[in-house]
Parts: sequence; structure tokens; C-alpha cells
Amino acid sequence: MLKKLPIILISIFLLTLDANAGSDGELKIEKDPKKVKDCFKNLNRATFAFNQSLDKAVIKPLAESYRSLPDPIQKGTHNFVTNLSSLVTIPNNILQGDIKLAIINTARLAVNSTVGILGTIDVANQMGFPKYEKEDYGQTLGAWGVGPGCYVVLPVLGPSTLRDTTGSFMNVLGGDPYYNASVHGNNEYLSEGFYMATKAVEGIDFRSNNIESFDNLEINSIDFYASVKSLYLQDRENKISNVRKGNIEILYKNEEDWEEIDNN
Amino acid sequence: MKKFFLILIFLNFNFIHVFSVEPDVFVQSTVNRASEILAKDISQEDKINKLKVIAKETVDIQGVGFYSLGSARKNLSEEEKIRYLQLFEDYFLKSFSSRLSEYTNPEIDVISKKVLSENYTIVNSILKETSERPEVKIDWRIYTKNQDNPLIRDLIIEGLSLARTQKEEFASILNSNNGNIESLFKTLKEFSSK
Repeated sequence: MLKKLPIILISIFLLTLDANAGSDGELKIEKDPKKVKDCFKNLNRATFAFNQSLDKAVIKPLAESYRSLPDPIQKGTHNFVTNLSSLVTIPNNILQGDIKLAIINTARLAVNSTVGILGTIDVANQMGFPKYEKEDYGQTLGAWGVGPGCYVVLPVLGPSTLRDTTGSFMNVLGGDPYYNASVHGNNEYLSEGFYMATKAVEGIDFRSNNIESFDNLEINSIDFYASVKSLYLQDRENKISNVRKGNIEILYKNEEDWEEIDNN
Repeated sequence: MKKFFLILIFLNFNFIHVFSVEPDVFVQSTVNRASEILAKDISQEDKINKLKVIAKETVDIQGVGFYSLGSARKNLSEEEKIRYLQLFEDYFLKSFSSRLSEYTNPEIDVISKKVLSENYTIVNSILKETSERPEVKIDWRIYTKNQDNPLIRDLIIEGLSLARTQKEEFASILNSNNGNIESLFKTLKEFSSK
């Protein structure tokens, strides 16, 4: 419990900041993510610069090395970490009231963890299961109507919001069965170190899949920090609205900005 | 005489119908033109120059420029608007063609379209999967006010709008410089001359 105390305190601190930042002391539901405040802009920009240096020195070279591994190893690793993420997705499906999807994802997890050899082969996909969409506690809080609060850039982890950061803490507060089994479970195979290593591999896997996209974005941005912020917030907005890509009914509901150009 | 007018009206209707360009056909033809260039065995610089020509013909650069400026455009003088649009065009063409030139021989299929209003239609397309990247969904915001000459106003890649990202970048630069439009002009100029 003592171990968790600082985490709980930080979460409460962040949520308090979130409430204050959004509404001068009252908890307000912010539904327009375009208006997410950059309350800690200077600190965020400094952290962003630090992350970029870290990326250039360590993360990107690791991602490039990872990419030079044989395709089956990369694919297997990607499938393994994706399969593990189901353990967080399923409770979030339930919390968002999507019981049907929770059942489908549980079946997917069962099939991939057994027939798919610990998730290294996505057998469920080959069997015709619906496309897997990750869910997390930040998305659930968003779906429940909690506003994003301020935009924050976390050291190493990158862009987030106060709501999403709070959501991430839920993983280590009992919301991630894999974390619970690794840290609190009495077994000889899992440990906190193993859990951290899995998370690091997940990050390297993500980075290796986006090397060219990030390079291209950086070269063609006039304010890279603002570009990353915008793309992160748009992505979270889509995920919270559960926009299945191409669902234009949801994506294109705010047209005022576009129509306004012609009334200039 | 009555019949004569009816025939005239009918002919006029058909004339409009024949010459209006459907947004999905427009997107597919634009994509085919760009793909042809990207597949050619020519230098990167030549590719960029040819892509710029296509962008000039098919993108509503002025519309995208005003959208990207957001509410700041309302405070511009006529002279500043002209300067901005020139700087924006140079910036846009460089940025847009440079982003596209990274793709070699992309295969894009238009799959559907949805009319949003008299002015806008969204065309849905798919950039086909290759061994290096998964399938990518790309939506095109087509400005259809002039049906004979539809124009692209935004690309939405996997739900992420390029125009909105650009707008938020511009806003960030203006906010960091107390709304001084000259700072944005300077940044655009520097980018174009890189």
C-alpha cells in the first residue's frame, strides 16, 4: 500500500489540476478537444526537447536495430505485446458498456494465448475476428465525460493529457492484470523487471513502425511540438468517440470552420 | 415556342450534367496522375516539381491558407492577405510535395464518397498495404462549390486532418509571438527557402 501511496497522491494532484485548469475550480466537462489548454507550455516544450534528444540518442537507434531483425521475430513480438494489451482493453470495454466487444476480445485473448503460442501469432485475425482496437482507462474516462484537462508532455512517454495520465496510473493501481501478476503475483516467471521490459519493447515496436512518418513530420513541420500535440489530441478524440476509421458521420460533424472561409 | 424553351432548358441541364466532375472521379484521376510521377525513375527534385504542378491545379491553396490562419485572418489588411497567400503557397507546395515524394508507387483506391453539404464532399480512399506498411485510410475533403472544378481542401489520414494540424501549428506560432503576423510570415519564408 505504501508503494501505491505516492501514485495515488500524484493522481489526486493531477485530477485537481485538471479540474482547476478546465474551469476555475469547478469540474467542467470539456467536450471540444480543440480547446485543450497547454497550461504548462514552457515545461512541456522543455520536456519535448529532452524527449527528442533521448529519441535521437537511444530510442530511434534501438528502433532501427529492432527493424533489422527478421520479419517473423518483429511480427511475433508485435503480436505478443498487442495480445497483452487485451488485458487492459477488456476491462475498459466492460467499463464503457461494450459487453459484446469484451466477450469478443476475451475470446481473441484466449485463442491467441493458446493456439497462437503466447500471443506471438494472431490466430484470431486469421479466423476472421473483427479488427482489434485497443482501449485504455484514459479513453474510458473520456467516454464517461471527463474532460482532457491540460496537455502534458511526459518525460520518455511523450504527449498526454492530465486525464490520460491519470488513466495510465490506473494500470498500476490494479487495472492491469499483467502488472498485478508481474509485481504482486507469486510466480517464478514474471517480475516487475519483466513487466518494464515488455513495456519498453512495446515502445520500441511502436517507434520502429513509425520511423519514416516521424522523420517526414519533423522535416515538414514549422512547429514540430505543435504538430505532435495536434496529432495526439486528434487521435485521442477519435479513439474516445470510438471512431472506426472512415466513419464520416462522426468525423465530420463540426463544419463551421470550413464553411466560415467562404464568408470571409 | 413552348417546346423550344423546354428543349433549351433540357439541353442546358444536360450540358451542366456532362461537364460537372464527380468528386470521387476527380480524386481517383488526381491520385493516378501523382502515382504515375512517383513511379517514374526520375530524380527526387523532378518528382517534387511535377507534384507541385498537380497540387497547383487540384488543391484550393487559397482556401487551405485562409483555413490554416483561423480567426487571425480577420485582422489582416488587404496588403497582408496578399503577402500571406504568396508565402503560404510557397510553403504549402514545398511541404505537400515533399511529404508525397516519400512514397514510391503508391496504390490508392477510391472506395466511397459522402456529400456533406453543397460545398463539401468527403471521398474515402485506401492506400494499399505493402510489405513495409499497413493499409492506410485516406479521406479527401473536396470543395465542390464550383462543380465543374472541384478542389482538394484537406487530407485526413487515418482520421488525422492535415489542415487542422497545420492550423494548430500556425496558431502556436502566433500565440508564441503575441499574435504578431510578421512572425508567421518569417517562419513561412524560412521554411520555403530551406
